[in-house]
Amino acid sequence: MTAALALIALAALAALLLGVVARAGRDMDLEQWAVGGRGFGWILVFLLLAGEIYTTFTFLGASGFSYGLGAPVYYILAYGSLAYVIAYFLLPLVWSYARQHGLHSQPDFFVRKYASPTLGVLVSVVDLVALIPYLVLQLTGLGIIVTAAGYGAIPRDAAIWIGAAIVTVYIMMSGIRGSAYTSVVKDILILGVVLFLGIYLPLHLYGGIGPMFEKIAAAKPGFLVFPASGQSVAWFISTVLLTAIGFFMWPQSFAASYTAKDARVLRRNAIVLPIYQLILLFVFFVGFAAVLQVPGLKGGDTNLALFKLAAQQFSPAVVAVIGAAGVFTALVPGSLIAMTAAMLLAKNLIGLARPEATDDQTVALAKWLVPVVMLVAVYFTLTGNATIVAMLLVGYSFVTQLFPAVIASLMPRNPATPAGAFAGILVGMVVAAVLTFPSARCSPPCRKRSATSTSASSRLPRISSRWSSSAR
Amino acid sequence: MKPIHWLAVIPFIGMLVGPAVHNEVDPLILGMPFPLGWISVWVVLTAIIMAVVYLIDPANREDAQ
Repeated sequence: MTAALALIALAALAALLLGVVARAGRDMDLEQWAVGGRGFGWILVFLLLAGEIYTTFTFLGASGFSYGLGAPVYYILAYGSLAYVIAYFLLPLVWSYARQHGLHSQPDFFVRKYASPTLGVLVSVVDLVALIPYLVLQLTGLGIIVTAAGYGAIPRDAAIWIGAAIVTVYIMMSGIRGSAYTSVVKDILILGVVLFLGIYLPLHLYGGIGPMFEKIAAAKPGFLVFPASGQSVAWFISTVLLTAIGFFMWPQSFAASYTAKDARVLRRNAIVLPIYQLILLFVFFVGFAAVLQVPGLKGGDTNLALFKLAAQQFSPAVVAVIGAAGVFTALVPGSLIAMTAAMLLAKNLIGLARPEATDDQTVALAKWLVPVVMLVAVYFTLTGNATIVAMLLVGYSFVTQLFPAVIASLMPRNPATPAGAFAGILVGMVVAAVLTFPSARCSPPCRKRSATSTSASSRLPRISSRWSSSAR
Repeated sequence: MKPIHWLAVIPFIGMLVGPAVHNEVDPLILGMPFPLGWISVWVVLTAIIMAVVYLIDPANREDAQ
């Protein structure tokens, strides 16, 4: 237990130090804080994009999804790679426009392209509705990881408060640089841990990847192929295409492209990131390895498949190392999300009420909004708010609604008017919400029935389905 | 779109067509069930294709100057 506590504390301390050091004597004005002076080379941009892509999901969700549902998990590997293909063409255009006009947030892009601050407000709202639950998800994941890795010796709530405080301090001080620098340690740790687990466990327990899948196929027929209905092949194709489109519509990934020093940096990452994405394959292997080893996990508990199997196979010290890597997967993405939310609040919502604000005033406000955003997220995390859980389910669909307006605006002659873009995003959101929550579109008796199904017991599986619906 | 950019369509077709036409465990690819193995191979091919696009794309040379 002490080993776990020491290692996880060390990881947290390392994150704090690295995050603060990232500042390295720079004056954190708006340009530095929000977009790293637009001078990041391909490695820093890679770390930012990869850091944002491999989150607590990599640890808990992907393995839990493999364990619980089998074949449908394959889609995650497919859509990420295709998203990078889209990014090869999309991000350089976004980047050069952002550089030309000195943009700092995703709503800035819409405000400038459509000459409409009102559209900026709508996009800010979409972004916040997607970002805050996503931050809550990271903190919830942090709590689960720390509890599992410390065998319950580390109190969950304390871990969440400490994690939130660390992120707040280094983001206030170092801005986006803090996220990029802490990613270095995170990516090394996660790479080591995941490759080790994904190779060792199948080998040790089954004698290899092939024998493992043969045994699973024999024990659970149909588990390793797409089912005939539900998450079928048709589901696979449509989900891969839609999520690939929405991938870079997430405001933190969209705005991370602003940090690049030139367009080639972004194109080069379209080559490197698909390969890096293969790490997820080893996470799948861990989840599949757990299927026959720790059977019987249900609902939200499937997210613990990796830790249950690790606890069964390794000493607490090894589990603690896994936990330390897990802490980073919550803190690093959490930091970028918090910064993005604070930035767009300061510039695109509050900034609207004080158009005379200078850049220095805007960045000062953004910095002080970081603790506010974190406090809100911690509050929702500790209270387990049901609305937040519901919002998680639609977050990805909501940000995807921004795609048509972005593409139209990048054409030589924008075929969309500001009103058209506004209406398109709004209607898209309503449709997504109605389709996600059937209770919103049926008569009272039906509503009553679905209300009972949203009881506390079904909340964890719902969270897990959010993890399942996005590898971010 | 320059002609070389059309190469980028290939990963979309390649990635999605495998599980669509052969949704069976066997034959295993690199020890993985066919759909998973197919997707993994296409992840690598996607990177290779994008590397080719990157190298030929004149945009990357214009930026260098």
